[in-house]
Parts: sequence; structure tokens; C-alpha cells
Amino acid sequence: MSKPIVATTSLAGCFGCHMSVLDIDERILDLIELVEFHKSPIDDIKKFTKMCDIGLIEGGCCNSENIHVLKDFRKNCKILVSVGECAIMGGLPALRNGIPIQECLDEAYLNGPSVGRNKKHIMPNDDELPMILDRVYPCHEIVKIDYYLPGCPPSAELIWNALVALVTGDELKLPYEVVKFD
Amino acid sequence: MSTLVKFKIDGVECMAETGTYIVEAARENGIYIPTLCNIRGVKPRGSCRICTVLVNGRPMTSCTTPITDGMEIENNIPEINDIRKAIVEVLFVEGNHFCPSCEKSGNCELQALGYRFKMMVPRFPYNFPVREIDASNPKIIKDHNRCILCKRCIRTIKTDEGKTVFAFKKRGLHLEINVDPEMGDKFTDDMAVNAAEICPVGAILLREKGYQIPIGKRKYDHVAIGSDVEKIKI
Repeated sequence: MSKPIVATTSLAGCFGCHMSVLDIDERILDLIELVEFHKSPIDDIKKFTKMCDIGLIEGGCCNSENIHVLKDFRKNCKILVSVGECAIMGGLPALRNGIPIQECLDEAYLNGPSVGRNKKHIMPNDDELPMILDRVYPCHEIVKIDYYLPGCPPSAELIWNALVALVTGDELKLPYEVVKFD
Repeated sequence: MSTLVKFKIDGVECMAETGTYIVEAARENGIYIPTLCNIRGVKPRGSCRICTVLVNGRPMTSCTTPITDGMEIENNIPEINDIRKAIVEVLFVEGNHFCPSCEKSGNCELQALGYRFKMMVPRFPYNFPVREIDASNPKIIKDHNRCILCKRCIRTIKTDEGKTVFAFKKRGLHLEINVDPEMGDKFTDDMAVNAAEICPVGAILLREKGYQIPIGKRKYDHVAIGSDVEKIKI
């Protein structure tokens, strides 16, 4: 039997959840025995060329590119997992959800304390750039998500336990200290 | 004269003085009933409904219902635990609860209940309400994004003359808890510390204090809320 295929991506996230995957330490050797990695920043495969079994999503959706990638993952992965607070509820990027988008852009490019060098008051507006969304959306508000792993980041233990449970079909072990929201 | 009465929780024979509220009677018998708005020693309010149990088959809040002889209480059953979990989830989506950036994280009772009920994601859609942070008080910061309106601060923090310091303002969806701005020096440092401690979430914060306890040493990092009660065996 061929190994289950895993794809991962970081949308509006900080790559902390991917770092937490690396926190499984030497078990990463067991992991590559257990699964094959496809589209992922870990192996730098950019495009889906085959159907994957598990898709790990880090980060919520803050722009049109995030939505595009997320829908692409839904199309190409049998099981999608929201990994981390940002994927689950928007996380820190969603702190802007109560602030009008114009105000956010003005602060980021015109009025913020660190934008003194933007003397021409340029607001990035190129067709190549993804459009920023009105607010940050949790992944499950855009596509169907099958499982959720909370944490900021989710502990290596939780990610490991979840992957093993998904691959082997055994019940997920959830000791108290493994499920945390921070 | 007090009299002991017998009652059952999930089939376990228990005893307590008649008139004791169910949640306290259960605690005396080493059984934990989750609470959020309730504080020991302060008149119960029954506003959060987390402590709902079935009393002789009917749902009741155990913090406001006194025990009587022969009561049959159902507490730790799937039907009730799902209702409690749903309440926790409602509270999470109703406000803006950003655990990763919250000063109270690790010591927060709402979060601890989320852990206890293994909440992986709320079943309800996130509301993302637009709320302010009130930093007008010289001693505390009031973050309305996190307030769950449990009234703990209103009920416990009082001046020597028995006046409340915190009070409700506005109504309905806009209801919020504010500090009486006229209080001035009557709102002492001790009262501010008590208020921050009594708040189950991170809605009342002491100024210039935060993230004082490192991750790993906070109240609910290693032990579940309620496990102190469950350890008591008689």
C-alpha cells in the first residue's frame, strides 16, 4: 500500500504552526516513513499534481490569494485540518476585524510610526497583488474543514498525535496538557 | 438547627445540610459541577447557566437551587455536558476572545472550561463584535471585548459603605460593565486587585501588569479546572 500523502500551507499565519511540526524532533524520521509530503513549504513543491490524503492548513483567510489556495486544497485533499488559532478563528490577524479596511491600510502605509520612508505616500495597488478582504475569515467559513487542532501554535504532541491517528485510523489521544488555546 | 439530608448525584449517595446550594453540596461530597458566574460566599446569580444539572429530570441551575431531601441529580452525563460545552462555545463566539494575545490566558476560567470540555472549535459562527477598550480608569483597564457579563465584579467589589463600584451601562446587545467614574479614591488598589482576580476572563486588567506568570506555571496549564474539588474524598 502506498503511503498517505500530506500537503501543508500557511495562509494568514506566521509559520509558527509549521515550526511546531518541526518540534516533533527526531520523530520527523518516523513521519517521513509514515507519510509522503506533497505540496508544502517543507519540500517546496508549489503545485498539486496528485490527490492528497491530508491537508494541513495554517492561518486564516485575509486576502484573495488565501481563498484561492484554500479552495485548491479542498479540491485536492480528502481531509482538511485547520491547524492553530488563526485557521480556526482568524487569530491575531483577525484583531483588525473591527477596524474599517481603509483605516488599516492608512495605518500600515501612510500614518504608522514606521512608514516615514514612504515619502510619496504610495498605497500598494498592483493587479499582481492579492486583494485584501474586508475582514479575516476562519477557514471553515470558506470551505468545509474536517478537523481542528487548536493552539498558538498547537503543541508538537497534538500535531503528532493527530497525524498518527489520521494515518493509522486509531482514536486521537487528547491528554489535558495537549489541548491549549495559546 | 441544621439538618442533614440525603440526595444522589449521578447515582452516588451524598449528604449535606438542608438548604445548601446544589453546587456547594456537590463540592462537599467531592463532586465538581462547572461554574462560571458563581463565586463561593457571594449570593448566587445563576446568569451563566454552565452549572445546569437535571434535578429530578428537570434542568436547574445548581448554584441557585438549594438541596432538599431525596433529590436525584444528574450532573456528569452527555446531555448536560453538551449543553455546558455549547454555552462555553457561545461565550467564545459572542465576544472577541483572542487567547494567544490575552493577559489572562492560562488563568482564565472560560478558557479552562474550554479545555475541560475539549472544545476544538465552536459550533457557532464567530460574531467579531466591535467593542471598545475602556482605559479611562487610573487603576484598571476594562476590555469589553472579553467581558462575559457574569456580574462577578458588580456583586463582589464594594466600598466600605457597601456601594458597588462596577455597574451595567447601556442595554441589550450594547450592555457593558463600567467602573463608576465618580468613585475616585474610594476605588482602592486592593479593590482593583480583587476585581482583576475575581474576573473569570481577561476583561478587568491591572494597569502595567500582565503576563506575570510564565507559561507552564499558570493555574490551568497542567491541571483541569475543578480537579481540586474532585480530589476531595470523604
